[in-house]
Amino acid sequence: MHTKSIRELADGLRARTFSSVELTQHFLERIARFDGELNSFVSVTQEVALAAATRADERLAKGDGALLTGIPIAHKDIFCTEGVLTSCGSRMLENFIAPYSATVVEKMAADGAVMLGKTNMDEFAMGSSNETSHFGPVKNPWSTDCVPGGSSGGSAASVAARLAVAATGTDTGGSIRQPASFCGLTGLKPTYGRCSRWGMIAFASSLDQAGPMTRGAEDAAILLQSMAGFDARDSTSVHQPVGDYLAGLENGLKGLRIGLPTEYFDAGLDTDVARSIEQAINEYRRLGAEPVEISLPNTHLAVPSYYVIAPAECSSNLSRFDGVRFGHRCDDPKDLEDLYKRSRGEGFGPEVKRRILMGAYALSAGYYDAYYLKAQKLRHLISDDFRAAFERVDVIAGPTSPGVAFGIGERADDPISMYLSDIYTIAVNMAGLPGMSIPVAPVGGKPVGLQLIGNYFDEGRLLNVAHRLQQVTDWHLAMPAAFA
Amino acid sequence: MSLDEETTRNIAHLARVAMSDEELAHIGADLSRILDLVAQMDKVDTHHVKPMAHPLHMAQRLRPDEVTESDQRERFQAIAPATEKGLYLVPRVIE
Repeated sequence: MHTKSIRELADGLRARTFSSVELTQHFLERIARFDGELNSFVSVTQEVALAAATRADERLAKGDGALLTGIPIAHKDIFCTEGVLTSCGSRMLENFIAPYSATVVEKMAADGAVMLGKTNMDEFAMGSSNETSHFGPVKNPWSTDCVPGGSSGGSAASVAARLAVAATGTDTGGSIRQPASFCGLTGLKPTYGRCSRWGMIAFASSLDQAGPMTRGAEDAAILLQSMAGFDARDSTSVHQPVGDYLAGLENGLKGLRIGLPTEYFDAGLDTDVARSIEQAINEYRRLGAEPVEISLPNTHLAVPSYYVIAPAECSSNLSRFDGVRFGHRCDDPKDLEDLYKRSRGEGFGPEVKRRILMGAYALSAGYYDAYYLKAQKLRHLISDDFRAAFERVDVIAGPTSPGVAFGIGERADDPISMYLSDIYTIAVNMAGLPGMSIPVAPVGGKPVGLQLIGNYFDEGRLLNVAHRLQQVTDWHLAMPAAFA
Repeated sequence: MSLDEETTRNIAHLARVAMSDEELAHIGADLSRILDLVAQMDKVDTHHVKPMAHPLHMAQRLRPDEVTESDQRERFQAIAPATEKGLYLVPRVIE
């Protein structure tokens, strides 16, 4: 059952080949069997899952329900889930039982999705390897001495090992696409504002977006259909109708103009990864698409300006964790300042502290213009590059990451080399565009991701372009042998 | 750019994060390296560029001034570290 797509499972549920309770039990058993090794879940919500599966079976018996009804999924532990621990990978929130659920969680639950549990992640989504989690690193199912990527590393590892049919993730600088690339999954970061951020613990509010992490593009379309939509409770949610993401999946690609940015194929790209990307582009040629060379000349400014904007917004957002209303509180504070300082000093890990301090510095008196304002101006230039490119092409393609999954511990002491692993994904968040990663030919047994970038609200086209490739290739169906 | 220990200590104070001397030394070195990375921004002349605050250049949406939330104080205080009679408890601020 764990090798089937959502549509195949939905058909099986409707034909009563198996029930949602049986399907859910199957996945719970797989989690019990394999997750001791992978550490992809922070919490497994067995009772909640079986109750939801029972309700899904009742709906299906009456002939109602959506494609997601009865399908076992996992949520990244950044989404608030009422009555369930929502840790955000931090000691700060290791006792935080959310009093309400995120809009994305509510919408998927309303469609009948069954939550198996909450997945591990880099602390407060700050990291590219899942090594900053208070709950320990997650292992990559393809090579358990390697990282799964981050920050949505638990979601990626759980779906890659088929411990969940699909999972939610969030992406501030590549946190859906990079782990999808490292774990051989399809991951989609929608346009900024497409999915509600309400109840999603904020990291950098002008960049954060929720999205699906799945095996194939059709599964991603089904999840996004449920997750997307306007939400009055999120002031940055965009009031724009949600398209029918399944309707256009089969559209032909003849004449599709695919932009290949020269800056994404520079010296920093692993040569084997480059060959896999070229192989995928050749498949697109066979499907009738026309690759076009383009330039995004300000690409090199994305990482430097991101490491001002994201920490500045993080330092502001994380000021709410003060040991007063919820979360970790230090013992025996001698005064209010001691309460704040020690609660935060004990509750946050090193990477989160690094970013809070970086942000506090950039925003401190006298430095605003030199850092935050300057970075926002560069953000404009980066965004203008894409605007110009989309006048010539329909989608942009390139690598998701400069290399394949690296070893656990290999970059943990070097923040800069970790930051640079997001060099191809960050610009997409800066511009607010939708981006996707889909699996292409692996290198040395490790997955490689092709990144597809679309114009604003063009998620439907990205899914279509991904789906057509997946109809003529089988990279997305590969499964790590140790978790069969 | 290199941050001295006093500057790092001051930022940690502003951000209200307690840190040991060892942690401060480590983070100071990391911040200096991040600032070197960020310094690449200075090479670009942005005199005539407008800052971008929102990817879609949207204005802040306003809503009618109506009551939309109900009182959930007990529910929210159930997860607080210390409360009494509906109030959050903190160390004495005024003698």
